Amino acid sequence: MSLRNCRNVKVLDVVPVGQSKRPGEFFEIKLEYPDWDGWKPGQFVMIRPVSWDLEIVWGRPFSISSVGDGSLTLFIQKVGRGTSRLAQLKPGDEVAIWGPLGNGFAVEPERPTLLLAGGIGIAPFRGYVENHAGPENLKLFLAHRVPLECYPYDSLSRTVECESMMERTPEDLQRIIARLHELVAEYAERDGLILCCGPTPFMRTVQSAAAEAGTRAQLSLENRMGCGVGACLGCVTKDGSGHNVQVCTRGPVFWSDNVEL
Amino acid sequence: MDMQTSFGGLTLKNPVMTASGTFGFGLEFAPYGDLKRLGGLVAKGLSLKPREGNPMPRLAETPCGMLNAIGIQNPGVEHFVRTVLPSLPWKDVAVVANLYACDAEEFGELAGVLAGEEGIAALEVNVSCPNVKEGGIAFGQDPKQIGRVTEAVKRNAGGKHVMVKLSPNVTDITVCARAAAEGGADSLSLINTLSGMAVDIRRRRPRLANVIGGLSGPAIKPVALRCVHQVVQSVDIPVVGIGGIASAEDALEFLLVGAHAVQVGTANFLRPDFSFGLADDMAALLEEIGAESLEAFRGSLQMEF
Ligand SMILES: Cc1cc2nc3c(=O)[nH]c(=O)nc-3n(C[C@H](O)[C@H](O)[C@H](O)COP(=O)(O)OP(=O)(O)OC[C@H]3O[C@@H](n4cnc5c(N)ncnc54)[C@H](O)[C@@H]3O)c2cc1C
Ligand SMILES: Cc1cc2nc3c(=O)[nH]c(=O)nc-3n(C[C@H](O)[C@H](O)[C@H](O)COP(=O)(O)O)c2cc1C
Ligand code: FES
Repeated sequence: MSLRNCRNVKVLDVVPVGQSKRPGEFFEIKLEYPDWDGWKPGQFVMIRPVSWDLEIVWGRPFSISSVGDGSLTLFIQKVGRGTSRLAQLKPGDEVAIWGPLGNGFAVEPERPTLLLAGGIGIAPFRGYVENHAGPENLKLFLAHRVPLECYPYDSLSRTVECESMMERTPEDLQRIIARLHELVAEYAERDGLILCCGPTPFMRTVQSAAAEAGTRAQLSLENRMGCGVGACLGCVTKDGSGHNVQVCTRGPVFWSDNVEL
Repeated sequence: MDMQTSFGGLTLKNPVMTASGTFGFGLEFAPYGDLKRLGGLVAKGLSLKPREGNPMPRLAETPCGMLNAIGIQNPGVEHFVRTVLPSLPWKDVAVVANLYACDAEEFGELAGVLAGEEGIAALEVNVSCPNVKEGGIAFGQDPKQIGRVTEAVKRNAGGKHVMVKLSPNVTDITVCARAAAEGGADSLSLINTLSGMAVDIRRRRPRLANVIGGLSGPAIKPVALRCVHQVVQSVDIPVVGIGGIASAEDALEFLLVGAHAVQVGTANFLRPDFSFGLADDMAALLEEIGAESLEAFRGSLQMEF
């Protein structure tokens, strides 16, 4: 049996999460588990509701946020027309889903591991934490702009050490950048593993902090995707040698010294 | 229903091919279906030397369609022949190489590299390079150049089927079709993408780094159908219909106006298993509408009302 497939599955539930200024900005979609052999935290899926018909042509990529008892959960922030339509799905609606796609994060259960999330970048880390063999070795840092309750932060803080910083002003941003440098330096010293997912400027900070500290880190990229399977060449980024590589198949997770942001 | 289709010495077990640039080299889609179910597989555009393609962003979504400016990123024809072709099921699926070059000599050279390759069933000539020598107008818009390029490819193709892929970005596509036919093309495929543009009012920037890109997807189907209809009327060589095909019904529309086969492009992004079931769906639909055979249905469009 192949490791990937495309299936139509039913939506089990759509649940709003927290309250930001924009109503319904954050939500979870719970889907029937699409009969996969397995998956790795940091991998993603392409999802395309049947109701999109021909109007919206591409599926949309989302990290696998959690998998359990016959279901798969995606954690989504509404940003444009696709995610707005996803927020309107109802239980019983059918969606095409293909995956699990991409490579996933490194897992080294014995090593101190720092998870750096910028906003919605927390999504893959829920699955990472839930499937980790040594949660006592994990620490999550979340930088966010909307209230903490909009993220699956509380539930994660019950399992692993968590820290968060909210950005409201330019000064807050400077403090976040400084804290990221501190944390990266600390984990570099402990020969730790650093994993990061968030907006590009956030990841650039982590990339330069890792370079400064002389340590490797992994970054999960969120390029716009057409196919998700490596065919359209629309999602490419430059690797360490300056060549184009598809983020959907060669990533989305890259070692920070082997990718141009 | 027997779905086999033969034209210009090429035999496909069904009329469904995948369009260049939208199906990778084919292997990307192997986890989602059996490649052997396809009639033909057109590989992504190949050039003599590897090409990095255009800067990002290269894609923009539009209502019922998309714009792309990939810029023929590819690892070069030698790499394809050495490392990709052997893994493709070319004994069961017609593998078509899509050629991209910027002058007739280079096209001829590319054809020469592939002429002796047993796994290649046909060469598809993509004439959309902006022709620097002739002052920027694409080959695809200049009938004289289309003829010259076709001749050069045919001369070096070692007897392989040569399909010339036409651009819709011209005033009269039948003039281009005739030029390719006179140049010795065994068939024509049409259409390539329509030139288009999208901008972002918030960022006040074009959505593609290249500013202008190629529009594809369901949005272009009426244009494609019109082009195929006109070309079928004006040349004697077979035509392969491309443009916005996203269902069995769409595919049969192209056959009805006279196409021998179709190519599916953007619909491969709607879901990666899209192309695999299309021939079966077409067969079922042909039966449902009471067509006696594929052959009898092809080109049976009635013009009186
Ligand atoms: C591997 C991967 C994993 C992802 N995981 C998640 C996840 O778990 N949860 C989640 O909410 N989002 C995730 N994203 C981002 C998500 O795919 C986009 O937010 C979504 O596709 C936007 O679709 P749209 O139709 O709503 O936006 P569009 O209408 O396409 O665009 C509207 C706006 O969204 C912005 N946008 C478009 N694509 C992205 C993108 N990839 N990232 C950020 N902004 C974008 C555009 O710049 C634009 O301003 C992931 C992306 C990738 C590539
Ligand atoms: C991402 C992308 C890449 C393409 N690359 C090529 C190419 O390399 N060579 C070519 O002849 N056509 C290329 N095309 C054009 C398609 O093969 C096809 O002619 C066009 O997309 C219209 O069909 P569609 O509406 O079914 O997509 C590309 C199209 C897309 C969307
Ligand atoms: S999304 Fe198509 S190649 Fe990555």
